[in-house]
Amino acid sequence: MSGEGGGKGSTVTAESAGIQVRNGGGAPAPFRPRRRGIGWAQRLEIAALSGPAILMFLGFVIFPVLLAGYYGFYKWKGYGVPTNFVGLDNYKTILQDSAFLAALVHNGVIVVASIVIQGPIALGLALLLNQKMRGQSVIRVLIFVPYVISEVIVGTAWSLMLQTSGAVNGVLQGIGLGSLKQDWLSNPKLAIWTLMFILTWKYVGFAVILFLAGMQNIPPELSEAAAVDGASYWQTQRRITLPLLAPTIRIWAFLSIIGALQLFDLVYIIWGQYVASTAGTSTMATYMVTEGRNAGNYGYGNAVAVVLFVISLIIALLYQRFVLRRDTEGALTEGT
Amino acid sequence: MSARRPIVYFVALVLVGLMIGPVLYIITGGFRTNSQITVNPAGLPDPWEFGNYTSVLTSGVFWRQIANSTIVAVATTLGVVTLGVMASYVLARYRFRGRGAMYALFASGLMFPVTVAITPLYILVKNLGLVGTLPGVILPQIAFGLPTTVIILVPFLRAIPKELEEAAAIDRCGRIGFFWRMVLPLSVPGLITTGILAFVGSWNSYLLPLFILSDQDTFTLPLGVQAFASQYSVDTAKVLAFTSLSMIPALVFFSLFERRIVGGLTGAVKG
Repeated sequence: MSGEGGGKGSTVTAESAGIQVRNGGGAPAPFRPRRRGIGWAQRLEIAALSGPAILMFLGFVIFPVLLAGYYGFYKWKGYGVPTNFVGLDNYKTILQDSAFLAALVHNGVIVVASIVIQGPIALGLALLLNQKMRGQSVIRVLIFVPYVISEVIVGTAWSLMLQTSGAVNGVLQGIGLGSLKQDWLSNPKLAIWTLMFILTWKYVGFAVILFLAGMQNIPPELSEAAAVDGASYWQTQRRITLPLLAPTIRIWAFLSIIGALQLFDLVYIIWGQYVASTAGTSTMATYMVTEGRNAGNYGYGNAVAVVLFVISLIIALLYQRFVLRRDTEGALTEGT
Repeated sequence: MSARRPIVYFVALVLVGLMIGPVLYIITGGFRTNSQITVNPAGLPDPWEFGNYTSVLTSGVFWRQIANSTIVAVATTLGVVTLGVMASYVLARYRFRGRGAMYALFASGLMFPVTVAITPLYILVKNLGLVGTLPGVILPQIAFGLPTTVIILVPFLRAIPKELEEAAAIDRCGRIGFFWRMVLPLSVPGLITTGILAFVGSWNSYLLPLFILSDQDTFTLPLGVQAFASQYSVDTAKVLAFTSLSMIPALVFFSLFERRIVGGLTGAVKG
C-alpha cells in the first residue's frame, strides 16, 4: 500500500541521493555527501523514534498472539502459571464440538452473504450517487451514519425494534402487511438473516463510500469517449466503470471477509451469550468468549483464538495470493 | 438522462429513509412513554415526554461513562498519533537495513484484530495489574491502532519534498529539527485523519473494555449502554433515551470531520 494516502508527490523517495546532516550531540556538522551505511547518530535517532511504537506493538499485539498459542496447550483456569499441559486436547475438543462447528458454519454464511448482498446493493447505490444530483453530499453523509454508530448501540436499538411487539412488526401491521410479522430474533430459521439485514444496514454505507471514491478516480474522459462512440449509460458502466473499479471492489471484499470472520459485538449484544447458539447466530468469536472467558476456561479460550486466527490468516493469505495479487504487489509482505 | 431523474431521486429518498429511519426512531422513542410504545410501537411521541432524557441527563452514571469514554479515547488518540508519527517518520525518511521488515511488522498488525488476541491480552493486562483500570484499555488500544496509523502516515510523510529537507540542512537543521519544525506542521492533515480514526474506533470499542473493565465506575459508554439496557429491560423508552444520548458524541464528531473520516478510510484502503 503506497501512494494515494499522501496525495501527489508520492513518487519522491526520501532516500534519493541527497545531502544530509548528522545531528549528533547538538553540534551541527557541515553537510557532507551521504556514505553507504549509517552512523551511530542516525541509528540512535531511528531507535529513539521508532522504539516506543515497536515496543508497544510487540508487547500488546504480537506477544499476546504468541501467548495464545502457548496457553492453548494447557487446561487452565487463568490463575497462576499453567501447569496442566494437555497437548492438542483443546484443539481436538474444539474441532469435535458441534457448537463450534455450527459457529464456523455461521461465520461462513456471513462471509459469503455479506459480499453477495452488500456488494451489488453498494454498487447500485454508488452508481446512483455518482450522478450529478441535488443534495448529493447530504445523502452521502446520511448513508454513512450507521457505520459511525457503535455496534453496541446498533445492536441495542435493533433488538428493541425487532422484538415481536417492536417497531418493525408495528410498521408491517401499520402498512397492512401484518401477515409478515415474525419473531425476527429467536426463530432459528430467520435469525441469521435478521443478522444479515442489520449488518447490511450498518456496513453498506462503508462500501458505497469506498466505491464512490473509486469511481471518482476514473478519468471522465473515458466515459466521454465512450459516449462519443455511441455507448449507452449501462454499456459505459459495464465496460468502463466496473472493470476500473475492480481493485476497489476486491479490497472491499477483503475487508468484509476479515470483518465477518471476527464478528462479535453485534451478535453478543443482540443474542446474548447463550441465545446465540440456539438462535443460530453464534460466531467463532462469541463461542470463544462464552466457552473461554465466561466459562473460566482460559486455556480453551486461547485455543479457540488460535483456531480463529489460523482460519482468518489462511483465508487472508489465499485471498492475497489469488485475488489481490494484481492490486497490491505484496502489500503485507514487502510494504513500501 | 432526464427521464430517469425522478426515479433517481425517489430511490435516493427511500435509501436515506431506510438508513436514517432507525436512528430517528431511537431518538423520538426516547420522547415517548412506555405505554405509548406498547400501544403503537412505531408511532411518534404524543404528547412529547421529556422525563426519559432528563432522568438520564441528571444521572451521574451517564456523565461518569461519558468522562471515561472521553479519557480513554483522548489518551488512545494521543498515544497512537504520537508513536505512529515517530515510527512513520523513520519508515518514510530514513534508509536502513530492516526498514522493510519494520514496515511489514506494522502492516501485519492489520491481520491481528483485537478479537484474536483478546484472551491472552486480558491475562497480560491482569499480570500488569491494570485490570479494571482505564490504562488497561488505553495501552492495548494504542498498540492495535498503530498499523492503520503507520500505513496512512508513511506515504504522507514520504510525499514531503526532498528539497525542504535539503533547505533545512543548509539552514543547519538536523533530521530531528527537521522533524519538529517541518514534518510535524506539514503533516497535520494526516495526523488529524489518523487521530479521528483512532478516536472513533476507541469511542465505539466494546470487546476490550468488556474484558478489562468490570466495575460500573470505570465503564465506557458501550458497556454502559449494554448494562443500562439489561438493567432497565422493561423500560424501553428510557433505554432508547440513553442509547440516543450516547450516540450523539459520535454523530457530532462525525458530522464535524466527515470529510476526513471518509478520506482517511478510503485512503487507507486504496493505499
